[in-house]
Amino acid sequence: MMSNLNLKAAPQGAPTRLPEPLLSVGGLHKRYRRQDPLAVEDVSFSLDNGEILALLGPSGCGKTTTLRMIAGFEHPDAGEILLRGQDVTRLPPQQRRIGIVFQDYALFPHMSLGENVAFAMRHVPKAKRAAKAREWLDLVGLADLAARMPDQLSGGQQQRVALARTLAAEPELVLLDEPFSNLDAALRESTRKEVRRLFKASGTSVILVTHDQAEALSFADKVGVMHSGKLIQVDRPERIYQAPATSFVAEFLGHTNLLEGDADGEIARTALGPVAIDCHCRGPVRLSLRPEYLTLSSTPEGQGATIVEREFRGHDCFYLLEQHGQQFCAITPSHCLWKVGEQVCLEPQRTATVLRD
Amino acid sequence: MNQTHQTSTPRRAPGFPRLLPRGVPLHILLPSLIAAGAMLVPLVYLGLRAFEADSATLLDLVFRPRNLQLLLNTLALAAGVVALTTLMAFPLAWLVTRTDIRFKKALTVLGVIPLAVPGYVMAYALIGLGGNYGVLAQLTGIQLPRLQGYWGATLALSLYTFPYLFLNLRAALAGLDGNLEESARSLGYSRGETFRRVTLPHLMPALMAGWLVITLYVLGDFGAVALMRYEAFSYAIYTQYSGAFDRVYAAWLALMLLALATCFVMLDSLVVKRKLARIGTGVARPMMPQPLGRARFLAWPYLVALFTASIGLPVMILAYWLLLAPPDLSFFARVPGTLLRSAGAALPAALLAAAFALPIAFLTVRYRSPFAILVERSAYIGYAIPPLALALAMVFFSLRTAPFLYQTLAMLVITWAMASLALALGPIRSALLQTRPSMEEAAHSLGHGPISTFTHVIFPRLRRGILAGVVLVFVLCMKELPITFLLAPTGYTTLAVTVFTRTSEGMLAEAAPFAAAIVVFSSLSVGLLLTKEGK
Repeated sequence: MMSNLNLKAAPQGAPTRLPEPLLSVGGLHKRYRRQDPLAVEDVSFSLDNGEILALLGPSGCGKTTTLRMIAGFEHPDAGEILLRGQDVTRLPPQQRRIGIVFQDYALFPHMSLGENVAFAMRHVPKAKRAAKAREWLDLVGLADLAARMPDQLSGGQQQRVALARTLAAEPELVLLDEPFSNLDAALRESTRKEVRRLFKASGTSVILVTHDQAEALSFADKVGVMHSGKLIQVDRPERIYQAPATSFVAEFLGHTNLLEGDADGEIARTALGPVAIDCHCRGPVRLSLRPEYLTLSSTPEGQGATIVEREFRGHDCFYLLEQHGQQFCAITPSHCLWKVGEQVCLEPQRTATVLRD
Repeated sequence: MNQTHQTSTPRRAPGFPRLLPRGVPLHILLPSLIAAGAMLVPLVYLGLRAFEADSATLLDLVFRPRNLQLLLNTLALAAGVVALTTLMAFPLAWLVTRTDIRFKKALTVLGVIPLAVPGYVMAYALIGLGGNYGVLAQLTGIQLPRLQGYWGATLALSLYTFPYLFLNLRAALAGLDGNLEESARSLGYSRGETFRRVTLPHLMPALMAGWLVITLYVLGDFGAVALMRYEAFSYAIYTQYSGAFDRVYAAWLALMLLALATCFVMLDSLVVKRKLARIGTGVARPMMPQPLGRARFLAWPYLVALFTASIGLPVMILAYWLLLAPPDLSFFARVPGTLLRSAGAALPAALLAAAFALPIAFLTVRYRSPFAILVERSAYIGYAIPPLALALAMVFFSLRTAPFLYQTLAMLVITWAMASLALALGPIRSALLQTRPSMEEAAHSLGHGPISTFTHVIFPRLRRGILAGVVLVFVLCMKELPITFLLAPTGYTTLAVTVFTRTSEGMLAEAAPFAAAIVVFSSLSVGLLLTKEGK
């Protein structure tokens, strides 16, 4: 069954040359109306074969516009989109071989599941389409429902059909536009895992657009964070989290302590005392220090930080502290509990990240 | 603006307004432009004809005291019909939405059925009732004075148009959030105060919309007004055109009528600007029905009277002439041929209207722009122009510019399509609105081009809407009177024209088979309306 998923495996022993990225996007600009600000400003990135990239950002940051330009539904004002080195910027969507799964799934309500999937197989002879459609539905575990109509399915099933339909067109690249946002929380996580396994098994290249940072971090090989039309940082998920480039990225992905400091070599003086930093520099700097990088320990009365707020979260505990009029946050394992009002000693345990801004 | 740095951007020179939207395919743009252009023809030609005369004659025409009289007569008729329809529709809508009265579904259907009886058939029924040889006198010996003039026209038009107001009010009352009224009551307002200060303001948009539709009908109606011999604008235009042959004066009267209709449309859009949207995300709760109690004894006689007048009367009159005092059999024999003539023009008009409505619907839904809104608005010109004024303008147009079209079937078909384009646009547009654009985009991303996407994805979704549009236009044309009267080729008598001429000559029995055929056809559109309402 997996054999038909082997979409575009690179031939073994191909001549060694510079590996060409599957997709390369350069200098994309888009403005919807003249009086509006740029919806997408100078966005460039590339995607390798079999890679999963998540475009992450708050609503209105331009991530969906970027996706729609790659799919061909919007025309960039400037910039180019190369698919396997070929310029597809001016190509209509139906000639790009780029599949897309919409947020609302966009299943055709007047066609059965089998017909929906078969509709994607223009390259397959008509006589073989029904059987092939069953194979694709089998891949998402819905072959028995091929005769059903889309409105007879649950949201999760509709989503899987949309995925099967997109894959059935055998695209070079699959785009996902907030595909899990219409599922309820319990279903979302398991579907996400299942879909990721499917993509990885078939070596499909994927771009996912989402505003959910947990989704981006767990689903993607690479995460690109967007903010007001610009792509701020593209990196591996762990790097994005541990070494955010700007305070926006640091704050968008979980909690953080933003510290103003004075750097001298690999140490900076801050309100928390001297903190190790991740580069060699001098002068005023802005740092991001994740709350789990701070430890709390007991201290004599009248010294250190005061616990202002405690949020017990099961596997860990989130504290809000105040020291010299400044607020900090810290996360500790849930077995060491402090009470609100207690005095603790607040110590940074790991290096802080120097932010660009 | 730092525009010079973006030389790679294919952008237009600044300061050059974009007249035509970018990216609209030609097969959508071209029909839209043709339709919008066609709508300007009647406006232009009425103006051209009106200013043909020399200035002294013009002054005489425009400032005739008779014009003032016509204006007052028309306004009085509109006011009378609006008042009477409100008295008919409001209690009915209240009863079926807010009380525990029984048979609500059946009452709702009965409240819509009168739409199947066009104004001139209603007038025919009212005329046939009274008088020396009237049905009432024949059956019971009681002689009512023959209804005519102001009261006859008001009654005929009200009995036919009140369902428009009823449907609007019913929808508004049913959709009203019950919590609003209960909040007002809990704040200490009495039932009457609550109605006046909370319910009524929320019903105003529905009332205004219903009143506007009815007023436009009254302004445009020709059949009922002419049969009742009431001197309103449309009747005067007709007598000027057919009797006095004063085409310039007819054009002026048509322009005045058009101006009057425009005033009402603008008045409506000025008044309905208040925001009455629901605030907050809570779930609206329908009101609990009030028990009627003793008011039942008032409600049922009212309902019986209303439906006896609006449905019973035309049915009874037609049944009398068809069954008890039927005309010569040869009159029945002429019905199929006349029906075919009506349908032979109505069907092409319906197809033509739908063919233009489809691209316009696409333009307004998928390529929303100031240009698209302009085209959409212009599609309503043909619908809002009083039909007699439209027909007159098209006569002028064919005489002056396209003599090969004068008195041809093609002219009738085109004008009907213009008058009913908005009607076809409605269902097609709402069907398209229900088809999300992601559906088309999905088809494109799966490798399907525009034609394949249309046939496999869009058309199956729009089929019902297109069919509904075709049927609506078809039925309208089947019973259409004023445009047919002026534009049909000589000798091309349709059902509507036959009923009108026979009735105006007092040949009521001879008109009955044709009137019955019209009522049967109109029931089609009512059935369509009811299936839509039922959902």
